[in-house]
Amino acid sequence: MKSLEKDIWLFEITPKKSFFNFNVKEIWRYRDLLFLFVKRDVITFYKQTILGPLWFIIQPLLTSLIQFVIFSKIAAIPSDGVPYFLFVLAGNIIWFYFSDTLKSISETFTANQNIFGKVYFPRIIMPLKVVFSNLLKFGIQFSFFLIVLCYYIYLGYDINPTVYIFLLPLILIFLALISMGIGMLISSLTVKYRDLNFVITFGISLFMYVSPIVYPTSLVLEKIDSKFHFLIYLNPLTGFLDFFKYAFFGSGSFDVLNLVYSLVFSFVIFVLGVMVFNKTEKSFIDVI
Amino acid sequence: MDDVILKVENLSKQYRLGKIGTGTLSHDLKRWWHLVRGKEDPYLKIGETNDRSLKGESEYVWVLKDINFEVKRGEVLGVIGKNGAGKSTLLKILSRVTSPTKGSIKAKGRIASLLEVGTGFHPEMTGRENIYLNGAILGMTKKEISSKIDEIIEFSGCERYIDTPVKRYSSGMTVRLAFAVAAHLEPEILVVDEVLAVGDAEFQKKAIGKMQDISKTDGRTVLFVSHNMAAVKNLCSRGILLHNGQLVYQGQIDSVVDRYLESEELSFSKRYHNESISVKDLSIKEFFITSEIKTGSKFEFEVLIDAEIERLVEFSVGFRNVDSTPIFQIYSGHVGKIFKLIKGINKLRGSIDSLPVVAGNYTITLWLGSKGVNFDVHKNALKILVREGAISEGGPISTKNGYPIIHQSNWEMT
Repeated sequence: MKSLEKDIWLFEITPKKSFFNFNVKEIWRYRDLLFLFVKRDVITFYKQTILGPLWFIIQPLLTSLIQFVIFSKIAAIPSDGVPYFLFVLAGNIIWFYFSDTLKSISETFTANQNIFGKVYFPRIIMPLKVVFSNLLKFGIQFSFFLIVLCYYIYLGYDINPTVYIFLLPLILIFLALISMGIGMLISSLTVKYRDLNFVITFGISLFMYVSPIVYPTSLVLEKIDSKFHFLIYLNPLTGFLDFFKYAFFGSGSFDVLNLVYSLVFSFVIFVLGVMVFNKTEKSFIDVI
Repeated sequence: MDDVILKVENLSKQYRLGKIGTGTLSHDLKRWWHLVRGKEDPYLKIGETNDRSLKGESEYVWVLKDINFEVKRGEVLGVIGKNGAGKSTLLKILSRVTSPTKGSIKAKGRIASLLEVGTGFHPEMTGRENIYLNGAILGMTKKEISSKIDEIIEFSGCERYIDTPVKRYSSGMTVRLAFAVAAHLEPEILVVDEVLAVGDAEFQKKAIGKMQDISKTDGRTVLFVSHNMAAVKNLCSRGILLHNGQLVYQGQIDSVVDRYLESEELSFSKRYHNESISVKDLSIKEFFITSEIKTGSKFEFEVLIDAEIERLVEFSVGFRNVDSTPIFQIYSGHVGKIFKLIKGINKLRGSIDSLPVVAGNYTITLWLGSKGVNFDVHKNALKILVREGAISEGGPISTKNGYPIIHQSNWEMT
């Protein structure tokens, strides 16, 4: 009788919580919420704007144009034989996907303390919704990229997309993992240390310059002493960026080992992020 | 068999004073440096001295300590307690916003909480879009919401505005819409915290009615927290009383409410004077009830008034119920009695033949003044418990029908 009674409890609230808790079943139960949050992000983005979703394209377009003028025309940075504008646009859409996701997720707890303080739903929904909203945004930017790519191919440039382009979904998943992982780590730490918010803001813009976006990895290898080459490969984004460019342009210094490192790094940081996030979510409301 | 739907066992929640509010890296580094050298945490001491009510030298505070109770299916449980008794913490743990330090809660159904309505409303989105989002936040699926959307819109009374962004709504309309969503949740256990304080009178009535429906018609379990004793008594069947984080009493709602009111000290007693007359000149010194306090019995009292000046005064005794609603008053002016005070202690004596209030707790407000001018007023001067009694030869008087006043009456058949 006793044991029977125990079985029928739907759930228990206890102080103990497992170290790693990525409850897919629960997330699935809240999939509608996830969907509605993404919808809210999209709707509220273009409400009361004239250009609406066009802004998604304007952002990488203008950035790439400015970079084209400064880094290609003025500084004459090479681009592995690919038109510089296309080259930097590819880097930018990957970078924006990573950095925008990271930045929004790192504000998870501070931005949602109001709602987290009132109702329960799996907290992981919030980082997930950021991933999906940004994936949508990436989709639009990627379409724009494809148009530009086709245009350059049409103009007769030597661009040879490889079969690796079909691995793009895999890359996107792991990019999501790494930006979620880092973002959740930071969001958990900012609960206690608000200072980190400031670090993040300029840290991200610095990080952009140490990633091969406006310059090709090959240039780094050429200009810097081989003793320090590992530094560029230490950056987990290098693998993603190089792979993406290689897949679509068929040129550049793509290294399989480096991609594997990036994937492993992403996975590890994601697991770590979820763990810290789990630990924080149960007590943050008392601390914040 | 008893159908227990919610079981709370040894639930405790501890807050660590001194750790909260030290959210900067420099503090943590300093704390770490102290620990490395084998010294005490410098910030924990802050917490110790700041709070007087701590037991011994511990830096921990138990906001909830060993709470045990069970709720049966379909029961409406009132959670009562003073501010800081731990009610909100309990509800927060129940709604899984924060986790307990010790103990557990076991539930046989979904718990949804209405700690505050309108969570997640976005001003740029329309009423309809917000219904979906808010409903999903509260744990409904899209399908569930779709099947109820018309009902929700109708309940909110915002049909005309439903496709307008919520930022154009009046604050009252927003709240109506939010409550409408929450009221159509279908969890097995609903946790409600003071949501009835919103909206206009008409909407409050609707809200209370809906809450009653939820528990009575649908047989769902409700945990209700409120300071409004009338609402608690009205809605709940059982209650638990929290005091300083401990569960001090549980039982039928009436006895819990009575217990709560008894335990409450008269700290809310308020006294004020007319500015032209100081306390020294004219004040109510003491007030005693000299008879038994029983419905229908003779009620007698004495007042001692300390006067430094000679003055014409009137005196009144007012009864208020537990919600501070005025119930009835006796006033010497109404019967043409005006007293001329002499210097020194004056003694007044008053009585009524039959105390017309039904059994229960009341507070008494004393008033000394003249022609509407206050000399000395003691609001909630004392608290009395009126015992059950009868008028003339009649039977016992029920308190259940809600009428606070009963009166001697004459009847004959013609």
